[in-house]
Amino acid sequence: MDRVNDFAFKIATANGTGSASANGLIMQAIFRMGIPVTGKNVFPSNIQGLPTWYEIRVNKHGYTARTPHFDLMVALNAATYAKDVAEVRAGGWLLFDSSWPLDEKLKRPDVTYLGVPLAELCNGAFKGVRERILMKNIAYAGALAALLGIDTEVIRQLTQEKFAKKPALLASNDTAIALGYNYAKDHFQCPLPIHLERMDETKDKILIDGNTAAGLGCVYGGATVGAWYPITPSTSMMEGFKGFCQKYRVDKETKKHRYAIIQAEDELAAVGMVIGASWAGARAFTPTSGPGISLMNEFIGLAYYSEVPAVIFDVQRTGPSTGMPTRTQQGDLMLCAYASHGDTRHICIYPADPKEAFEFAAKSFDIAERFQTPVFVLTDLDIGMNDWMVPKLTWDDSYRPDRGKVLSAEELEAAKSFYRYLDIDGDGVPQRSLPGVHPKGAYFTRGSGHNKFGAYTEDSDEYQEVLDRVNRKIQNAARALPAPVIRKTPGAKMGLVTVGGCHAACMEALDLLAKDGIHLDYMRVRGFPFSDEVRQFLAEHDTNFVVEQNRDAQLRSLLMLDTGTPLTKLESVRYYAGFPMSAHHVISGVKAKLEKAA
Amino acid sequence: MTYIAKPKVHHPSLKKNALGLTRRDYEGAITTLCAGCGHDSITAAIVQAFWELDIAPHTVAKLSGIGCSSKTPAYFLKEAHGFNSVHGRMPAIATGAGCANQTLTMIGVSGDGDSLSIGLGQLCHAIRRNVNMLYVLENNGVYGLTKGQFSASADPGSMSKKGEANTMDAIDSVLLALTLGATFVARSFSGDKAQLVPLIKAGLAHKGFAFIDVISPCVTFNDHEGSTKSYAYTREHQVEVVQADFVPMRDEITAEQTPGAAKSVMMHDGSWVTFRSVAENYDATNRDAAYNYIRERQKEHEVLTGLLYISADSRDMAEQNELIPGPLTNLPFETLCPGSAELDKLMARFR
Ligand SMILES: Cc1ncc(C[n+]2csc(CCOP(=O)(O)OP(=O)(O)O)c2C)c(N)n1
Ligand code: SF4
Ligand SMILES: [Mg+2]
Repeated sequence: MDRVNDFAFKIATANGTGSASANGLIMQAIFRMGIPVTGKNVFPSNIQGLPTWYEIRVNKHGYTARTPHFDLMVALNAATYAKDVAEVRAGGWLLFDSSWPLDEKLKRPDVTYLGVPLAELCNGAFKGVRERILMKNIAYAGALAALLGIDTEVIRQLTQEKFAKKPALLASNDTAIALGYNYAKDHFQCPLPIHLERMDETKDKILIDGNTAAGLGCVYGGATVGAWYPITPSTSMMEGFKGFCQKYRVDKETKKHRYAIIQAEDELAAVGMVIGASWAGARAFTPTSGPGISLMNEFIGLAYYSEVPAVIFDVQRTGPSTGMPTRTQQGDLMLCAYASHGDTRHICIYPADPKEAFEFAAKSFDIAERFQTPVFVLTDLDIGMNDWMVPKLTWDDSYRPDRGKVLSAEELEAAKSFYRYLDIDGDGVPQRSLPGVHPKGAYFTRGSGHNKFGAYTEDSDEYQEVLDRVNRKIQNAARALPAPVIRKTPGAKMGLVTVGGCHAACMEALDLLAKDGIHLDYMRVRGFPFSDEVRQFLAEHDTNFVVEQNRDAQLRSLLMLDTGTPLTKLESVRYYAGFPMSAHHVISGVKAKLEKAA
Repeated sequence: MTYIAKPKVHHPSLKKNALGLTRRDYEGAITTLCAGCGHDSITAAIVQAFWELDIAPHTVAKLSGIGCSSKTPAYFLKEAHGFNSVHGRMPAIATGAGCANQTLTMIGVSGDGDSLSIGLGQLCHAIRRNVNMLYVLENNGVYGLTKGQFSASADPGSMSKKGEANTMDAIDSVLLALTLGATFVARSFSGDKAQLVPLIKAGLAHKGFAFIDVISPCVTFNDHEGSTKSYAYTREHQVEVVQADFVPMRDEITAEQTPGAAKSVMMHDGSWVTFRSVAENYDATNRDAAYNYIRERQKEHEVLTGLLYISADSRDMAEQNELIPGPLTNLPFETLCPGSAELDKLMARFR
């Protein structure tokens, strides 16, 4: 059976050997051929020498979720041969470096073995040890080009763009690609039944990772202060922000910066800097991951109670504790929603892909400033670090930041009086003033008990009045957050509810379930606290399958707590072993629940 | 504790500064600290210094952590924004605020618990970054607000009120600041206003992190016999090594103001800090010599005070980060957002 533009392959190497650039090249070439493609990088928490995999899925229908079914394995890491051989689907292919014989024990009768003597070819063509290793990885890209039918013209174009300023590297790369390509052509039936044919499905699309997109979103949203402490998988977000700032925010004449980036001594300090900067009137943010959020808790409560805006990106990884730093999860949903001691509840928004990461990043500052409170933007390692195919990012030039109720010097001058925590408009959001603007704007920011006038208090009624208003304010924010994405299917009686990066797997699963006669309405929540729409959707369905990536069904708990929906209406479907969710996780989870109910 | 607003009564006889403000205009709410607490004297010195410097109160941000000492920003400059943050974390707030708006005059008030235990890391890194602020550590050797436990600045052998001796070495904030590369380091005594006021003024004028450790006795928990942070002990052991004076920009330095072998360092705004060594050969511009001298004298149980070190070429955080002049907070959005056309161009990079 020919599987044109609908297959998946996986490349097993060791990290630090340059395979990343070969993998990127292959993926980008497929994309440029107009074929929908996604890549998932499975890497160790290590710098050099440990196993790493890159999974590429090609799908003409545009399904972009991870699939764990591999038609072809490029097994170049002897340390993981056994595991890699076992992962190929029956009837599939395995490409290996035949410079050394393959252990007979690793041979499977239902797999076709494609031996390419990559090391030998490269040892003949290149001199230095490092170059030989690097080029070996480029050579397999050449072999794959022949086997899968990747357009060589596209590859050439890509290498030329990439090495425009390094002609020596360009020559080596071209040589290596040709070595692999010609060897495959000469020795195998090319292309394989799984192969590529040009399409026209990617011209309005880009390949981008969520961290880069979110960093760009911060630039577009007008953030001027970023504070951070490096942690996988969030690190590349600040790198992205910095790169774009260097491009767009350096004064042409004076070379001075319209941004400040502070690498803090820890996450505790990072969020403190964000709070300090926001308090002083800048749009400020910090990117981190779960362990960082844990450290930030005390400060988050301060910002919540003293009503200081702060934008916190949580690129989630597996927990608890250090967990598996290079694997993905949605394990911080609860943590972020209720971070810090005492009664707190925080605004959270949940992008599903890099495009939303860009949009929500920019929007998060409006939300934080409008509601004068911390806002969490929760992505995960899969969204943050993997390259996703998404529509091109766009920007509306008529956008102006919503700085919220910040009083200007003129407004303060004209005002009879200014009290920081007075609910003048009845919407729970008080007026704010910035330091250095006007003597009348002065007030004392404190995390200790305060009354609506901003004064210290230990009076029960005064204290409770403010605490209750803050709660109202956060509740009112629900409708200002990105609305849930809802897709109704005629005749559907049950619902499927999810959050964030599970979206792609759910969309694919819904189509496949429909083929089996199981029709489900769909809702992806995008903001917490949940809006009335969310409450209504849950109420409309007797059964809602809640799909998420954590052990404890955190989304399900949040839905119950925040909408009052009884747990009996919320059936949990979970996958939390660290890889991005696949359609089959959703399908098998839903079917298992249905069988149990039947 | 409650918040008591001070009645605003203006006496026509009160002296006015260049802004037409009296000292009263630099005060805050009435203190709720124990009568006689050293912290209140420091508050009075802060009021005096800001008034003398003609700083408009609303251009100031006063920041603190948690502790009796950290409460004091409520007691001065009522027309300035205050931020009483969380325990030991004021430096992070200051760092962020300083990035956002470098035109703010920032004063941070902290305690020895706040700065040398829970917040030690943040203090160190604020020094390293040379955040442009005056940092006042009100040092009483105990945690006042939690009722008298030893702090990390308690000297070995110092006795607690309950009669227990402290066994561990002290973290000396001044030596620490010198080691970390602080660009302005001073020590003073809450009971010595004549020395403290000019130091505060010099610290405010300093571009970078100006660190002043002020011995500030806790009358309730650490002012007894056997304590090395009591009024009596400090009075007895205080030795002024450098007398500093602050000369505003508009004044000429005259011989009269710089008697003896005086040195002066010009501040970024054109004002001068002049200082005269009381101790022979003490050089407040030589970090290593200062460090060694202080350490030597400590062995003799001397509490050296005065302007202990000043660097003439301090590059503060904003300068190191090459920030554009002025606040980042109100830059026109067009200068921050690259716009749709630029985004469209950028998309080519991701294809
Ligand atoms: C996270 C946290 N832990 C503990 C406390 C309790 N606490 C409040 S003030 C303080 C010590 C303050 O000592 P210091 O900074 O020396 O100030 P002083 O009261 O002596 O002026 C402690 C431990 C707190 N507020 N926050
Ligand atoms: S307990 Fe000590 S430090 Fe606190 S106010 Fe009283 S005297 Fe001052
Ligand atoms: Mg103390």
